[in-house]
Amino acid sequence: MTTRTAARAVKTPEAGALVAQRRRRYSLLTRHDKLLLALMVGLPLALDLILVWGPTLASIGLSFTNWDGIGNLTVKNFVGLKNYQFMFTGYTLFWPAFQHNVIWLLWLTFVATPLGILFAVLLDRDIRGSRIYQSVFFLPVVLALVVVGFIWTLQYTPTDGFINNAFGLVKSGNIIDWLGNPRINLYAILVAASWRHIGYVMILYLAGLKSVDPSLREAARVDGATEVQTFFNVVLPVMAPINVVIVVVTAIESLRAFDIAFIINQGKNGLELLSILITNNSISEASLVGFGSAIAVVLLLISLVPIVAFLSRVMRTLA
Amino acid sequence: MSTAVATAPARPRPRPRPRRVRPARVILHGFLIFMVVAWLFPLAWAIFTSLRTYGDTALHGYISWPANGLTLVNYQTFWTQGNVPYYYLNTLVIVIPGVILTLLMASMVAFCCTQFSWRFNLIVLMIFTAGNLLPPQVIIVPLYWMYLHTPIAMLGSIDIGNFSFALFSDNNLLYDQYIGIILIHVVFQTGFATFVLSNYMKTITKEITESALVDGANVLRIWWSVILPLCRPALAAMATLLFTFIYNDFFWALILISHGNKRPITSALNNMQGEFFTNNNLIAAGAMLACIPPIIVYVLLQKQFVAGLTLGSTKG
Repeated sequence: MTTRTAARAVKTPEAGALVAQRRRRYSLLTRHDKLLLALMVGLPLALDLILVWGPTLASIGLSFTNWDGIGNLTVKNFVGLKNYQFMFTGYTLFWPAFQHNVIWLLWLTFVATPLGILFAVLLDRDIRGSRIYQSVFFLPVVLALVVVGFIWTLQYTPTDGFINNAFGLVKSGNIIDWLGNPRINLYAILVAASWRHIGYVMILYLAGLKSVDPSLREAARVDGATEVQTFFNVVLPVMAPINVVIVVVTAIESLRAFDIAFIINQGKNGLELLSILITNNSISEASLVGFGSAIAVVLLLISLVPIVAFLSRVMRTLA
Repeated sequence: MSTAVATAPARPRPRPRPRRVRPARVILHGFLIFMVVAWLFPLAWAIFTSLRTYGDTALHGYISWPANGLTLVNYQTFWTQGNVPYYYLNTLVIVIPGVILTLLMASMVAFCCTQFSWRFNLIVLMIFTAGNLLPPQVIIVPLYWMYLHTPIAMLGSIDIGNFSFALFSDNNLLYDQYIGIILIHVVFQTGFATFVLSNYMKTITKEITESALVDGANVLRIWWSVILPLCRPALAAMATLLFTFIYNDFFWALILISHGNKRPITSALNNMQGEFFTNNNLIAAGAMLACIPPIIVYVLLQKQFVAGLTLGSTKG
């Protein structure tokens, strides 16, 4: 309070009270300050617009062309919706990749995330060694996905891997090619991805649970609710903000999936993903910039769902 | 809070009776211990495999007791023949400037958008946050082209052994350069860091900035010597988290760097597949060497790490 009155007294001694109040903050800033502030926001913002949002818009534009990335882009390169038409009807890898992303999302949402939440709920209670359990479950989160992929390769390789040897499949000749069989390899790498995702969800959820008012649970217990009832009817509803964050994190993770599939077999033979198709088409192999961009636009549109959900939820508090 | 409530009535008891072991607790701990073993097993198996010679495992199988004891020979092979020290150096050259620049930029934006009431604050924060949530593959095609067509000055280099660290660029481009990879990390991570730091700075009252202005400090000075010191916990947490994020990156380095000897360790591992990784023992040693630095950071700074992750989510 004192500083405010002081400020007004110093900067706008004779101005009318209302005007002074409205302009108070700005009147403290010199032109020099305003310029500095503009630079402090403007430089990072310009970089963000040029290197993130510019390419996003460019992807949309390029998706209507047959450009190969070499030479100039001219009106002749415009092909309308042809890339999309080919992608949806002629390109045999698109729908499998789309399906794999959906499976990835469903698996993380209905298997990995609930397990992470379960761990959080179990460890939130006053049990001995809670911290140690937490540290262990969280450990894989600090590992690079590439490293996670290599670590699980050691479990899965056909003759040398742990799993086939441990179950005697090598000796009896019934070797399962966990990473090579296109019917199962997606699930094999989903187990590896979950190893990391579960700890992440657990930590986020634990932080949320800590902020739940303990008197709510106390009241529920006094009213005779069981622990399960308390969780679903009392705790879960008040955790709504964190639930949104977790759903968004899970969805974004599924759409970004790339690393593990890429190091196993460069995203082929059952491990096709939208993210990998984009790079394979437009950078590594064929230089089909236009077509790769069309796949990028599909990925962008799907990503906008969780992004908008997140922004609308979280930005209210940031204002 | 909850523990205090739960244990408070127990304290005044005169003689603490021996705790009754409830079956539910036993089942809970049984389940958790089983899960802990399952969680650690893949890592333990990788360490175990990495410490055995290929000859030993080829003769007795991977599931066997090491006949000749454990050895670091795979690490030695990998360390010298795989050029691991240089890849670590590459990683450091990318991670350290990456973390520092990200924190500087993000804290500037967060400072401007939380300490002053501009009309565009919200939209600026949304641009940064949403940009960070995009899958990198959405922007990679035009970005790759930009990297191949942006002229960058060549300003010499620092040579260490066989490796040469270009100060800006050694091919006049952003592509295949440390500066290019640092740049995209900084820009991409600034989105996340801005969001988290804004959440934190919101809790600092604007009156601090106002009174500093009255005292005649300019905004740059207020940002640097008033607000940043107040944000030390958040900055420490973010630094830990950003270190791990940038260290663990695979995608940017894979696409935006073409020379194997400029790659950081995580994406260098991918290159070694096939040509260098001839057996599981070497793969295990390579994976271990790549994940030791983040594990050390995690063990030393676990609190910071968790704080960084949860700062962004719980306040929202």
